[in-house]
Parts: sequence; C-alpha cells; structure tokens
Amino acid sequence: MKLVGKGIAKIDGLAIATGKPAYTDDLAAANALVIKILRSPHAFARIKAIDTAEAEKLAGVACILTHRDVPQVRFTLAGQSYPEPSPYDRLILDELVRYVGDEVAIIAAVNEKVALKAMGLIKVEYEVLEAVLDFEKATEHPSIVHPEEDLFCNFDTGLIKEKNIASSQTLELGDLEAEFQQCDVVVEETYYTQAQAHCMMETYRAYSYLDPLGRLVVVSSTQIPFHVRRQLARALQIPASRIRVIKPRIGGGFGGKQTTVAEIFPAIVTLKTGLPAKIIYDRKETFTSSSSRHAMRIKVRLGADQAGTIRAIDIDALSDTGAYGEHASTVVSLVGEKTLPLYNKTKALRFVAQAVYTNKMNGGALRGFGATQGTFAMESTVNKLADALKMDPSEIRLKNLIQAGETCLSYQGKLLGSSSLNRCIERGKELIGWQEKYPRKDLGQKVRAVGMAVTMQGSGIAEIDTASAEIRLNDAGSYHLLIGSTDMGTGSDTILAQMAAEVLATSLENIIVHAADTDVSPYDPGSYASSTTYVTGMAVVKAAEDLRKKILLNGARFLESSSEEVAFDGKTIKTLAGTKAITLEKLAYLSLLGAGNCQLVGHASHGSNVSPPPFIAGFAEVEVDKETGQVDLVNYVAMVDCGTVINPNLARIQVEGGVVQGIGMALFEDVRYDQKGNLLTNSFMQYKIPCRQDIGNILVGFEESYEPTGPFGAKSIGEVVINTPAPAIAHAVYNAVGVRLTKLPITPEKVFMAMTNPTDF
Amino acid sequence: MQIETILNNQRVTWQIAPDEMLADTLRAYGLLSVKQGCDTSCCGLCTVWIDGKPTLSCSTLAYRVKGKEVTTIEGVQSEAAEFARVLVAEGAEQCGFCSPGFIMTVLAMKHELKNPTEEEIIHYLTGNLCRCTGYLGQLRAIKKYLGVD
Amino acid sequence: MFTIDHLVQPQTIEEAYQILNEHTSNTILGGCAYLRLGSKKIRTAIDLANLHLDYIQEHPATIEIGAMATFRDLETHPALKNHFNGIIPHSVSSIIGVQFRNIVTVGATVYSKYGFSDLLTALLALDTEVKLHQGGSMTLADFLKKPYPKDILTAISIQKNNCKAIYQDLRNSKSDFPILNTAVSCLDNQWRIVVGARPLKAEIASKASRELSDKAVIRAEDVKNAARGAAEELSFGTNLRGTAAYRRAMCSILVSRAITEVLACR
Repeated sequence: MKLVGKGIAKIDGLAIATGKPAYTDDLAAANALVIKILRSPHAFARIKAIDTAEAEKLAGVACILTHRDVPQVRFTLAGQSYPEPSPYDRLILDELVRYVGDEVAIIAAVNEKVALKAMGLIKVEYEVLEAVLDFEKATEHPSIVHPEEDLFCNFDTGLIKEKNIASSQTLELGDLEAEFQQCDVVVEETYYTQAQAHCMMETYRAYSYLDPLGRLVVVSSTQIPFHVRRQLARALQIPASRIRVIKPRIGGGFGGKQTTVAEIFPAIVTLKTGLPAKIIYDRKETFTSSSSRHAMRIKVRLGADQAGTIRAIDIDALSDTGAYGEHASTVVSLVGEKTLPLYNKTKALRFVAQAVYTNKMNGGALRGFGATQGTFAMESTVNKLADALKMDPSEIRLKNLIQAGETCLSYQGKLLGSSSLNRCIERGKELIGWQEKYPRKDLGQKVRAVGMAVTMQGSGIAEIDTASAEIRLNDAGSYHLLIGSTDMGTGSDTILAQMAAEVLATSLENIIVHAADTDVSPYDPGSYASSTTYVTGMAVVKAAEDLRKKILLNGARFLESSSEEVAFDGKTIKTLAGTKAITLEKLAYLSLLGAGNCQLVGHASHGSNVSPPPFIAGFAEVEVDKETGQVDLVNYVAMVDCGTVINPNLARIQVEGGVVQGIGMALFEDVRYDQKGNLLTNSFMQYKIPCRQDIGNILVGFEESYEPTGPFGAKSIGEVVINTPAPAIAHAVYNAVGVRLTKLPITPEKVFMAMTNPTDF
Repeated sequence: MQIETILNNQRVTWQIAPDEMLADTLRAYGLLSVKQGCDTSCCGLCTVWIDGKPTLSCSTLAYRVKGKEVTTIEGVQSEAAEFARVLVAEGAEQCGFCSPGFIMTVLAMKHELKNPTEEEIIHYLTGNLCRCTGYLGQLRAIKKYLGVD
Repeated sequence: MFTIDHLVQPQTIEEAYQILNEHTSNTILGGCAYLRLGSKKIRTAIDLANLHLDYIQEHPATIEIGAMATFRDLETHPALKNHFNGIIPHSVSSIIGVQFRNIVTVGATVYSKYGFSDLLTALLALDTEVKLHQGGSMTLADFLKKPYPKDILTAISIQKNNCKAIYQDLRNSKSDFPILNTAVSCLDNQWRIVVGARPLKAEIASKASRELSDKAVIRAEDVKNAARGAAEELSFGTNLRGTAAYRRAMCSILVSRAITEVLACR
C-alpha cells in the first residue's frame, strides 16, 4: 500500500500551526452581536419574577430573552442519531433552574461591555428549592429535579422522574449466585470515579447569521453538525431545511462538542433580531455550564476457580447525570458493555446500571464514555483477584481474555473479529520490564513499582450510526472528497483522504477534502463513538471504489472497450493490451463535455452491525514517596491493537494524548462542588490538567491485527487510549505501598492517609 | 487612549481603552493567531513577545506596550513555518489551537537558551498547556528542530 | 469583570503615591496576572513603568530588588543564583510558565502577601527588608504580620551573608500551587524555619527555630524534633489542595528534609 500505513502529515497542519485564521471566532463578522448568558446562582430554584426593563433600555442592547420568550418544546442536546435515547428534558430557558450555572437569560449587545452591564441590570427573584447534590441519595430525595409533565424519552430507558432516575437497566445472563457459590475465590470492591472536564483548548463557541435568502447559518465548533441542525430545528421550531450548520477547524473536542452547548443562543438571537450574533464561552463558563464525564459509583464482584478462571461477574453502576440526561443511559451502559466481553470464560454475569438526576452540571460524552469508568472498576478488581489467587496479574488476563473468533455471554453468539491483546500484553511486559520490576523495588525514601490494566472500546455504534461519503472527479482530474465527519484535530480528514487516495491510486495532494457543512456534506452523525476511521472510513473506501468503477467504465467507453478490458493506474486508463490509453485529466474534462456525459461521482453510505473493539494493554511504573504519598509516574507503556494502523504518526499522538488525559484522571483532575452546588474547580488554576512535567516517559507500540469489517483492516483508536492509566497507576501504587485506592484521583493526600490509617480505606 | 507600538516590525498607532488587554487589541487588529484558552493566566495560548520576551498577552494591559516591540506569529512566519513543518511531521500540532502560542515560546527558547537539555526544554515550555498531544510529540519535534539528542 | 477608568504612568514615586491616595479604588498595577480574576472597579490604575523599578542590583552588603522586577528576572539573575544556594530562583522556577513569570512582579507579590506564595516563603528565610515609599523600611516578617496603610512597595533588600538556605515544596501537578512549602536557613548556627501555603501566608516557626539554634551539635533526633515542633506550633488550614491534617503531617516531613539538606550544605 502506498499511502495507508504511512505517517503522513495532516493536510491542514501547517496552516493551523502557524496561526492562519481557521476557527469559529476567526470567521465571525466583526459586527456580530456579542451574547452573554445570565446564569443561575442557585443549584435548584424557580424563577418567580424576572425584570429586564432596565437592561433593555441600555444603549447597545439588541435583545434580552427569558423563559417567556422561548418555544415550550422539550429537547435533548445529546449528539446522538435520531431517535435519541436521551430524555427530552430541556427548554432553551426554563422557569426552573437546575444547577449553578444553568441559563436564566440571554443578552445580546453590540459588545461585551454593554452585554455585561445589561446583565447586571436584570433583576431576578428566585424561590430557592432544596437541591439534590449527593447522587447516592438522589432516588430517595424529596426534591424532584424534573417534575415537568412533558418530560419525554423516545425509548423506555427506565426513566422514573419521581425518583430522579434518568435511566435504569439490568442485564442478567446465567445463574449468577449459583456460579458464585462454586467459585473458590470471590473478591468485591466499590469504586468512585470522579467527574472529569474535557478541557479542549478552544472553549465552546458559535456564530450565526441569516444568509441572503433568510436561512439561518450557524458556524460552530462542533463534532456533530447534522445533530445540531436537527436539534436547532426542534428547539427553535423552524424547519431543518431553513438551517445550515458549518463546522470550521475545531480546537479540540474530546466528546464535549458532541453535546450541543452554545449553538442555540446565537441562533435564537439571530432569528429574533435578524442580526449576526456570536457567543464565546470563557473558561469559567466552559467548566461550569457545559458537561463533564459522569461521576460514578461502581461495585464489582468477581468469582474465580483456583486455577484463575473467572466464572462470574457482577457489576452495579450508579451514574450521576446531573441536571439533564444527555447520554445518561448510554454512558452508564458502556460500563458493562466494554468490560464484560473481555473476560469471556464467565458462566454468569449481571450488570445493573442506573443514572440519576442531581442539581449539578449535566454529564455528557467524554472520550472513553462509560468504558473509562468501567475499566477502572473492573481492572482494579481483576488485579485484586490476581492478588487473592497469588497469580501474576498478567497471567490471569492471558488466561481469561477473549480471543479472535470467540464469543462471550453478552455478545450472544456474535464472534470477535480481531484481537492481538494477548500479544500486546506480552510485548508490553517486555517494554516495561515486568519480569525485573514486578511488583516493587524499595529505593529508601521512595519505592518503585509497576501495575497494569487492559481495556477495549468499540468502533462506531453498531446498527445505529451510518456515514456517507462522496468523491467527485473534478474537471482537471483532481478529486473532491466530501464528508460530514468532523476532524477535531485528530487528523481524520487526512486519514480519510489517505484511504481515498489509496483506492484511487493517486497522491494526497490530488484530493481536496471538504468537511463539514450540512448544506454540502453527505450525512454523517459526526465524529464520536470512535467512529470516523471505521465507519466513515468504510464509506470513503466504498465511495472511492464506486468512483474507480465509474472511471474504468467511462474510460473504457472512450477507448471503445469494455471495463473488463481496461486498467486504471491512477493516472491513465489503458486497455489491457496496451494499445489504447486515455489520461485521467482527459477523461475528466471529456466527461463534462457535450450530451450524454456526466460528472463521475462515487457515493456510498456505510453502517456496521458490529462495533469491533480496539484493545490496549497499559503498564505503569510509578515512584511513590513513602513519607508524603506523592506519586510520580516514571514510565508508561501502551501496547495497542487498533487493527491496521492507517497513519502511524497520528495514531501514536492519539495514544499519547489519550494516555496523558487518562493520567490526568488518575492523578490530578477532579471536578468538585461545594455544599451548595457551586463548582469549585472552575479554572485551569483549580482544575489541573497534566502539564509537561507530570507525565514521565510514555512508550507507545502497535500490535496490528486485521479487522475483517474495517477499512484496510482498521478499527478505532480515539477513545480506547484513555482507559488504562487510572487502573494501571492505582495498581502500581498498590504494589508500591500496599494501599488499594478506589476513589479517583489518586492524590498524595489520599495515598498518605491510606498508608497512615489503612482501616479507613 | 492612544499608543504607538512596533507591531511585527511595523509602527502602529492604536486607540485603546485603559482596561483593554493586549490579546483583545491584537485580535481586533486582525492578528487572529492570538488565541485565549483560559481566564486565569495559566494556559500559554496567548503568548506573544514583548521586546522579545514571551509574555501572556491576555494579562498584559495594552497600554503597557507603549513604545515597545510586540511580535506575534504573523511577524515571524518563515521561522515559525520552519519549526511547524517539523511539528506537523510528528503529527503534534493536532487541533492547532495552542500551536501559535506554543511555537512563539519554542522560538523564544531557541533565542534565549543555548543548547538546552531535554529537562530545560520541558521546564521552559511548562506554561504552554496542550490537551491533544500529551506533549511527547511536541518534545520530539523540538529535539529534532534544535538537534538535541 | 474588572474595569479601569484611567491609567497613568507617573514620573516620580511621590506623584504615584499622591494619585494612589486620591481615591480608595485607585490601585498600583503589578504584573496584572491576577487582575482578570477579580471584579475590581479601579478609578485610576497607576503603572510604575517609568520609575525604573525593574532592577536587581548587587551591593556590597545587600541584593536589592526593585518592585517591578519579574519572577523571570529573579530566576535568571546571576547574583541570586550565586547566593543562598540559589533559593530564590529555585522557589519561583516552578510557577506556571516562562510567559507568566515574565509578567509577575516581586513588588505586587510581596505587597499582596499571598498565602500560596513560594517567593515569600523563601524570602522570609533570609534577612529581607521591605521598603515602602511612605512607611519606610522594615523586616519582611514585620511587614507580613501587621496591616499597613495603603503604600507603595518600591523594593526589597536581602542581606548578603553566608546563610545556607533550602526551599522544599510539595505539589501534586508540578505546575500547581503548592500543597505546602518550606524554607529553612542557617547562619552561624542560627536556624530559621519558614512554612508557607498552609494555605495561610508564610510564617516563621519561631519556637522550633530557636530550639534548633540552641543545639551545639545537631543529631538526627534534633532534626525530627524541630520538624515536629514546627508542625505543632504553626496553624494549618484546608482548601482544595489538602486538608489541615495532611498539611500538618507534611510540615514535619518537608521541614525535616530541608534541615537535613541545609546540614549537608555546610
């Protein structure tokens, strides 16, 4: 292969790195109205009265909107294919405000200063209600976060609003208690995974205007332009055909921009005023009023025989979805969905999951979805089980992990298409030096130790998400690749172009990539759920093959042969006999001349009925200060099976970036609220993402497998990368100082306190 | 208020408000490479040079550059592109939103430190946050660019 | 959001002082790194840029640092690298990043008496004087203890001597504020133990310092006792970065390590 498998630089890389204007705010008109949002200071309150008269009188104020000015139709902001499984529990502005930071009024003015001044003039009278803040007590709480009559969900996801339950589910296969009875060893533990903030460097922002025909155009830093269009249509009660959503370059997403956060506000202002409008969230708003990873409590019980075969798994997950139910049911379901298949020698399993409403910022999609939370709980318990069995933790995995061609209880007969996870473990052990280092080495004041974890994710959402791609042969012989997926910095535009170029045997420079604009791009759900390489990639391969066929067919027609008698080498269509030839350029312009011709366009849609898992074996080597509890990560090894690696440079950066985000979750990052529901960690000062001194050495390796259902054998990579650091580091800390930390993040204080008072932990 | 400053080697006159921050002035003046990632002076995205020193433009009152030299990445495009090509070859620009500020810090480091060690490089750049890359690809690019082992 | 109605750059310190006292909301500008965090409504902001206070000068008996010298200046100045085991550069070099340290000023940091300050902890371990335009000179310890009328800090001055000094801190993320920091110094067997980021502002553990200074020979046990003593005599609080109990425990550890390191310097 010429281009697939090559570490090609991103096609937009040089432009964005050197600061060319390419992002939402760079493209907004200078005269756009500036929008600011008045936000609730209370965790739960009813707006009794709201007086905007003084503010409206201020010179330069264009409009102020309150809950009286918005359509009374509920919707969800979750970026999911329609019909979404998230509850329709929002209005643009509601009389009831459900968390500190919830929207109370929209203010649009000629500049920021005027908007802020107007905000200060709005008088709101609140009836403060008792807030639900402890998610473990939400179901029994006297307050109901969503008492509204018109709360609605497209599916029965187990929503019980009176008990603040946003979703509940149970999966039970086999006779669980009977299996546990037969197990020689049973271990059990309860874990708490914290909320995590996405912290993409470009905060939420959107800009809107009316085009000359009066259609609403929204330029947005989003991962989901087509879902945004659909949600805007419902929320604003206008036809989707009147809306165009354009995604320019995005300054990072990590799932945050899979929820529609900011777009509605400029859109409604533009509709009401006819004027261009923009909103730029500051970092504080981004922390307080968007979404975060769902915080969870996860109980895991594992049973095994003396030989170390895991026979029964019981998982109980409780998820805090906060004030709104975006991705509530799907995130928590991944706690089981992406952990249970790994250990497929089980005879019985149970997975109980519930997501509850509380009066805190809503949860949402964040890289790893629920798999990250589930992996921490499951892998920590597998490590505990290995300890109880006195087995090497790598051995217990090699003994129990699912192999390609096998199935598992929850797959219900479907077979795993590819896996090199066992090879990843073997190679990872070599690279970290497991044999010499496990479990620990005492260095005096400090102790060094290693730990491990494995994980899987998916590649796209099986039987739901379908992507389309189109490739045109242009008049001068270049190609236009049109896609609706949303490169958020990952390089997906580049790897999709690599795939198209590979099929069409052309160079990357000969392919112009266009994405994403709902007026132009073929439909794509967007870039999330680790879907773009696998799902959109397959659509691109099929579209390129479709076009290739048409090139052969039409080339043959001009050469007065049949398509079986010609070959295409990327530049020329020749007869097999070699007697006649036509260049691609000539074919391109001849196709556009005269009667009976047509422009050659390849088109395809692709959806998959499986979501093949990529795998990672992660190994952490830490140094723990025995006196302070400080944990320094020294080395991290991530061995990856993402099927065929389409672009090794970009894949490697995905792994490194994801591992560091996982390290952040393991050691530093913690979304914290005070007793009244105020977010305490609302800046990069108080919410610490890893800096470049925090991460040690990270070694990334690939053990390729071949996924039969993926483009060129590829699976996904974007999310699986974040899952192993927390359990692997927790395991290494245990091996270092003998304390098993079950609440993330692992701060020096928690380690110290656990060492000092082991009974409390 | 009116000030004169040397912006990317050109003398310019700005009308500014007393509480205007340099980052806002620069963007309003069309220097759209200047990005902001936080409100608390700790992400490094808005880094520009004032008299050659890497500085947070989000936290510098515009008035304070009166009579000084301000340099943004628009003013050092060829040097920036030279490094950016190495960065991009590693795939380590990713979303690119932090890249202009990051590159301005890398170039300042190149001018300020002679033969920096890996540790010195990491220390010098600690104030530039990045959420996409995990920093390692950036480090590989810097080492290649500077010829550090 | 903060606002400034007027911005002035006075030509003399006296003029700056006059303007400062014309209105309660008039304010001297430091590095402005934290200006945007607050919602101060400033009538007249006074920038000392024309007063040439951005110096670090080595004199025969002192090192004098002007109020407008930046943390980056402290970090890179040869005189500060060469004195007191480089404690001053060491104490500031972990703070956020170069572009931040290029704006943050010594004057504003000392004048604001920030609890989380790394610099104050280090300065307090040395013989540091604070110079106020109106209030005159005083020791840093006195300045930190008492409230003073609104004034302009023009410089700090550090006595040059053979003091051995070590700074230690505990941070979770390396660029975070410290959970706790300590500076320990020793000059002619006179020990000074300073602990900051408790999260209250830096303070000298006087009793523990005195007891350690009284020892003719310092044994391992004395180090432990002094460290424990410092943890007992100082007060600690709880914030996002740590509880009072953890800070107290860490005080013993860090102080003990710092004393040991000072002993090794001799």
